[in-house]
Amino acid sequence: MIEIFLVFLIFGLLGALLLLMNKFLGPSKSSPTKESPFECGSPYLQEGINPFPIKFYLVAFLFLLFDIEVVFFFPWALIFKDMGLTALIVMFAYIFVLVLGFIYAWKKGVFEWE
Amino acid sequence: MIEFLIPLIKVILALVWLLLLTLYVADWVERKESAIIHDRIGANRASIFGLRMIGLFQPFADAIKMIFKEDFTPSFSRKFLHSLAPFLSFFFVAVTIAAIPFGDTIRIGSRIIKLQVLDINVTLLFVLAMMSLGIYGVILAGWASNNRFSLLGGIRGAAQLISYEVAFGLSLVGLIMIYPSLKLSSIVHSQGELLFGFIPKWGIFLQPLGFIVFLFAALAETKRVPFDLPEGESEIIGFYTEYSGLKWGLFMMTDGMEIVIVSTLMTTLFFGGWQVPWLQADGFHWPWGGEWFLASWIVVILQVLAFNLKVFFFCWFQVLLRWTYPRFRYDQLMDLGWKLLIPLSLVNIVGTGIIMSL
Repeated sequence: MIEIFLVFLIFGLLGALLLLMNKFLGPSKSSPTKESPFECGSPYLQEGINPFPIKFYLVAFLFLLFDIEVVFFFPWALIFKDMGLTALIVMFAYIFVLVLGFIYAWKKGVFEWE
Repeated sequence: MIEFLIPLIKVILALVWLLLLTLYVADWVERKESAIIHDRIGANRASIFGLRMIGLFQPFADAIKMIFKEDFTPSFSRKFLHSLAPFLSFFFVAVTIAAIPFGDTIRIGSRIIKLQVLDINVTLLFVLAMMSLGIYGVILAGWASNNRFSLLGGIRGAAQLISYEVAFGLSLVGLIMIYPSLKLSSIVHSQGELLFGFIPKWGIFLQPLGFIVFLFAALAETKRVPFDLPEGESEIIGFYTEYSGLKWGLFMMTDGMEIVIVSTLMTTLFFGGWQVPWLQADGFHWPWGGEWFLASWIVVILQVLAFNLKVFFFCWFQVLLRWTYPRFRYDQLMDLGWKLLIPLSLVNIVGTGIIMSL
């Protein structure tokens, strides 16, 4: 298991080095214009974070459910060859439930963006 | 000592391979291919002693320029997260290269060395996990910049990446059913067998639908045109609006590395990895009869070359796509992800299951 530590160590060190390199090698000058948030050239209207549409939250929520289902698929796919028909029937039931939820979300208009 | 030295050399070699390929794909191939498509010459000014070499030094010139730029952290940003975001984005994509098998094994003296840095039992899950964690870089960059455009880009990026993450995972289930393993090296080994005695048992021939879903999902994961809504160069500037210098460079590098990683994944999972058709450990066994025996070191070199060639092809292919298609609209993007790719991958799983139990 030494490889995984080495990988994380070396890539981490490289990333940290790249982050710090500009601090030592680059110039550093500040001006009021630079300090204002970028707004395509016009003077900025408001600073900070705006509220964002609830749609994104719903997508994130659905993602959680579906990704957990994907995780359940993996061990099942691994033993599919050995289990044969039983696995197929179990999977049909599972996918049926999954698709039911999927259709519900679809009909509720989660995936509608205008 | 030697137990420590061999992995170290392997990690460094993989890192150099990844960085060089990233530099060349993200910079040189990208520029030259777009130039050819636009019918112009493309970047060719960087030279060493007047030697221009069709712009082959350009990536290094760009990298050196970026090192000497100012690293500006705006005072209104959340400073720690602002610096952390490019690091996470770079790190989690870069480490996946450790799981990719570059070739079979080589034998030096009595020692057998795998041409793969990390050969754990769940390399495929490792790759998927690390690629998903890369989303944090995008979200944090958008959030920490404290700029409206950045936040928009970050949220768009997050929504896009998590939407396509599901299809990305589901498209691989059919593949795992056929080659029952989560180990990339054994998946590649199984692809060396033959179907009907003459077709190589590559993923593309057994899982064509899975490959198509994987291709689109993977392209969306790289956040490039036609899926570049988080960046959207001409509408919002993207989640890295407030970045400069090498921090911005890290995001660009992540982009390039994602092309390379996705290409290696496509190669490994669907195009036989380092397998050359009909090439066994002792030489070619032609399907029409006849054999052509080769020394084992030639076989290893051929396999590594084949792997590189396939990866180059997919890198080139992705750059070609990027310069061919316009950007999606947001609703089209979400429709493609949720309404087409996920149902298709479910159909693929059911179809694979039925065909395999017949």
